[in-house]
Amino acid sequence: MYDIKGYYDAETVSEATALLADNPNLKLIAGGTDVLIKMHGGQLEDAELLSLRKIKSLESISVAENGTIVIGAMATFSKIFHNPMLKDLVPILTEAAISMGGPQIRNIATIGGNVCNGATSADSASSLFALNAHLKLQNKNGERVVPIREFYLGPGKVALNPGEILTEILIAPEDYKGFGGQYIKFAMREAMDIATLGVAVVCKVQSGNFDEVRIGLGVAGPTPLRCLEAEEYAKGKKISSETLAEIGKLAVKSAKARTSWRASKEYREHLVEELTQRALKIAVVNAGGAEVV
Amino acid sequence: MFKRIAFTVNGKAYNFEVDVRESLLDVLRSHLGFTGAKQGCGVGECGACSVLIDGVPYDTCIYLAVWADGKDIKTIEGVAEKNGELSDVQKAFVEEGAVQCGFCTPGLVLTTTALKESGKDYTREELKRELSGHLCRCTGYQSILKAAEKSLEGHVCTCVDSPHYKGK
Repeated sequence: MYDIKGYYDAETVSEATALLADNPNLKLIAGGTDVLIKMHGGQLEDAELLSLRKIKSLESISVAENGTIVIGAMATFSKIFHNPMLKDLVPILTEAAISMGGPQIRNIATIGGNVCNGATSADSASSLFALNAHLKLQNKNGERVVPIREFYLGPGKVALNPGEILTEILIAPEDYKGFGGQYIKFAMREAMDIATLGVAVVCKVQSGNFDEVRIGLGVAGPTPLRCLEAEEYAKGKKISSETLAEIGKLAVKSAKARTSWRASKEYREHLVEELTQRALKIAVVNAGGAEVV
Repeated sequence: MFKRIAFTVNGKAYNFEVDVRESLLDVLRSHLGFTGAKQGCGVGECGACSVLIDGVPYDTCIYLAVWADGKDIKTIEGVAEKNGELSDVQKAFVEEGAVQCGFCTPGLVLTTTALKESGKDYTREELKRELSGHLCRCTGYQSILKAAEKSLEGHVCTCVDSPHYKGK
């Protein structure tokens, strides 16, 4: 049996924020694939759970009139992968979704839970970083929107204030329209595995040059991260294997890889340098550019 | 802390109070006697505890019993015909020798049943992906994959590499 002291259901977001305001100690539970595992391992005891599972409004996926992609925090990874619109507009996110866990896990695990769990290995994270996603956080008194880069504070630590709930993940049109992308999950198995490294890139191409590049990495540091130095360097550069090689080297500079039992720091840095280039090569073609040989 | 929930298992309606600390697996095995769902890893990795909830496979070890309120559940006990005749999926598993110790079998049969009932077409690679949430330590998976292909006869795409699997 799980070490659960209390269990509450909310049916609307306002009901949930009201319950949270009254009792800030409530632990939010969405799909439970992280929270229940933590309880099983004894890392979370005497929990008072507030379940968001009955809030159907948080499961929707849509595009707003201005082109902003709006993904409800309770959308499952299966739902994200099978959404034809997301597959068309942001394939690096649907590919990340299908790389996560196995079918039974994807049927229940939510993208909001994946983000709020704060793991650097979150399979959605590198893509959401590359897509410059923004997060809508709501409490009893109102809502605020934060860029995902400011949300991850450290391993398992996110900028969710007491009383707040992540309700939506937003991707602005200027962050995905006209971009080509690629996602690579490097792991030992094709399923049910945690990434050794996650790489997501998007780029815009103009007459043989990089117009804009964004690189998101997971498991390359204590939190998912962007490779800002490499991105800045790439701007306006001719697309060539030399440029890609330099981008790979600069990406390693942004990484803060460490040695864990999954891989050594040196191996991870090698992966960052190599996989950033491999992903970009495909992203260039997906963005309508010529293949780099 | 208890909560009253109502759900069906294999077509039979249940209505009773569950302890909020219990997993659906605890309730199915200990209270209702559906021991076909197995406790394996207990953390949602092995798929031995999988059942179909509203036709979709879930790991019941990490599914709180209270979440089953209003759901329609199918366990391995509800797969065969009432007269005891095995379902097509079960027959395929027997014919292909896809059962050895049997611990992973209920979950695999249920997931394969869900794939069959979806009516969709699958490539071999997609089938592997759909079955990847079940660990088998006996068979080496080849016979299981053959059984799944046999179960889905007419719905297996023969191309080696699926274009939609790669997301292109």
